[in-house]
Amino acid sequence: MRRFGLLGSAKRLSLIAVLWALCSGTAWAQDGLDSGDTAWIITATALVLFMTLPGLALFYGGLVRSKNVLSVFMHCFAIACLASILWLFGVYSLAFSDGGAANAWIGGLSSVLLLNVETDTMAGSIPEDVFFMFQATFAIITPALMVGAYVERIKFSAVLIISALWLFLVYAPVCHWVWGGGWMAEMGVMDFAGGLVVHATAGISSLVIVKALGPRSGFPGEILPPHNPGMVMMGAAMLWVGWFGFNAGSALAADGSAGMAMLVTHISAATASLVWMVIEWVKYGRPSLVGLVTGTIAGLATITPASGFVGPIGALIIGAAAGWVCFQMVQIVKKIWKLDDSLDVFAVHGVGGSLGILMVGALAAESLGGLGLPEGVGIADALGVQALALVVTCLWSGILSFVIVKITAAVTGGIRVERDSEIEGLDLTVHGERAYHLE
Amino acid sequence: MKYIIAVIKPHKLDAVREALSGIGVNGMTVSEVKGYGRQRGQAEIYRGAEYQIHFVPKAKVEIAVSDDQLDATIEALQSAAETGKIGDGKIFVLELGSAVRIRTGERGQDAL
Repeated sequence: MRRFGLLGSAKRLSLIAVLWALCSGTAWAQDGLDSGDTAWIITATALVLFMTLPGLALFYGGLVRSKNVLSVFMHCFAIACLASILWLFGVYSLAFSDGGAANAWIGGLSSVLLLNVETDTMAGSIPEDVFFMFQATFAIITPALMVGAYVERIKFSAVLIISALWLFLVYAPVCHWVWGGGWMAEMGVMDFAGGLVVHATAGISSLVIVKALGPRSGFPGEILPPHNPGMVMMGAAMLWVGWFGFNAGSALAADGSAGMAMLVTHISAATASLVWMVIEWVKYGRPSLVGLVTGTIAGLATITPASGFVGPIGALIIGAAAGWVCFQMVQIVKKIWKLDDSLDVFAVHGVGGSLGILMVGALAAESLGGLGLPEGVGIADALGVQALALVVTCLWSGILSFVIVKITAAVTGGIRVERDSEIEGLDLTVHGERAYHLE
Repeated sequence: MKYIIAVIKPHKLDAVREALSGIGVNGMTVSEVKGYGRQRGQAEIYRGAEYQIHFVPKAKVEIAVSDDQLDATIEALQSAAETGKIGDGKIFVLELGSAVRIRTGERGQDAL
């Protein structure tokens, strides 16, 4: 109608078209892209990177002696950088691309350097470059978790070589089996955010490294306590917040599933913390800060594989179990097995993640408050699948880690620093720096 | 002149400073040290692992006094630093050969 006045009909149509595009919530250039999902996963990526830098660095850094705090920061930071580049160079491809005939076991090389990925290539409802980045942060934190086992006595060159080999030989295959369309995925294994891929692998491999490396000088009687329990708490707090990205982000969507994952993650963390606190209060007469926040991490690690499959009641049960079991495991590893897994990677992450993998077999069932097992799958079936996957993951991680340590020791002439260097502290002797100049 | 070295509990430092100020002793040197006597350190527990801490943080107070101030100083120091519990510390008295005030060059008692 001429009375519309200022705009000619062609311009009016264009304006309406633009307004429609802005309101419709989907980008024109990419079919199937959900901007809500994409925005969330981009955010989750940042949260998970934050877990390593600086969350885990601070958590571990506060637990060691002041003469070694910088070396721990160095390990976490350098591994983050190295893992990122290796992820691009081939670990992502091996984990997530199609392996053709061998796809049950490993991916292929089609995504090396992301040569087959454009800006608008999709991975479900999100761009593949976003998926690549989100998964990269998992590939970063997993080798960084192992830092806790070998602190205060390992050679820096060994850290880099072990981490690099481990990503290709342990992380990529297991990740492919569970999340990349491999045999465990085919079997229906439930591992929402990394009980197997992240915690079990890192936990078992840590034990192998600890056995090969030997205990810290003075273990167990003459070890000095955490130099900065406050720093431990700060790191744990960052890990808790970041874990919302880790678990809720693994829904790969901005929806109720992500919301529930965040909810159960939170409940499990809080429950495990309180359980650990009560155990210490009863056993030692005093609840400690380091204990409280270790309980938090135990709760977070244990809920990780279950976070997309259980409800709030399941989270309470998982959190309580995590607090109790991981507490006992810390004692068992250090006092009965007499292994110096210095920062309890196996007891907290390894056992926690494994416990979650098993518990989700039962707690996913609707009858137990979960979100439901697949049609025709009973609790016994589910438990069987979970247990098989766990055993194979542990065996694979253990055996390959043993080989990796042997190779690394041959290349570096032994993975442990000289005794004098260990006594004086790695910060000064390996990195030429002092953490604290208190004049 | 006498030189007093007192190893005390760190949280008693302020009480000691006030007590000495009250009797006219207005200079001291303080350092953070660690040590043990009969207290034999203590155990700290982290994540269920017991750490035997042999050395306990203490404060060392060093004061130079004239001979006639000695008894009053020791008296004030001891009652201010005492808690009655193990680990209260010790007071040592040494002979002080000479003293110099750097700013003015004064020597002996005038330097204190």
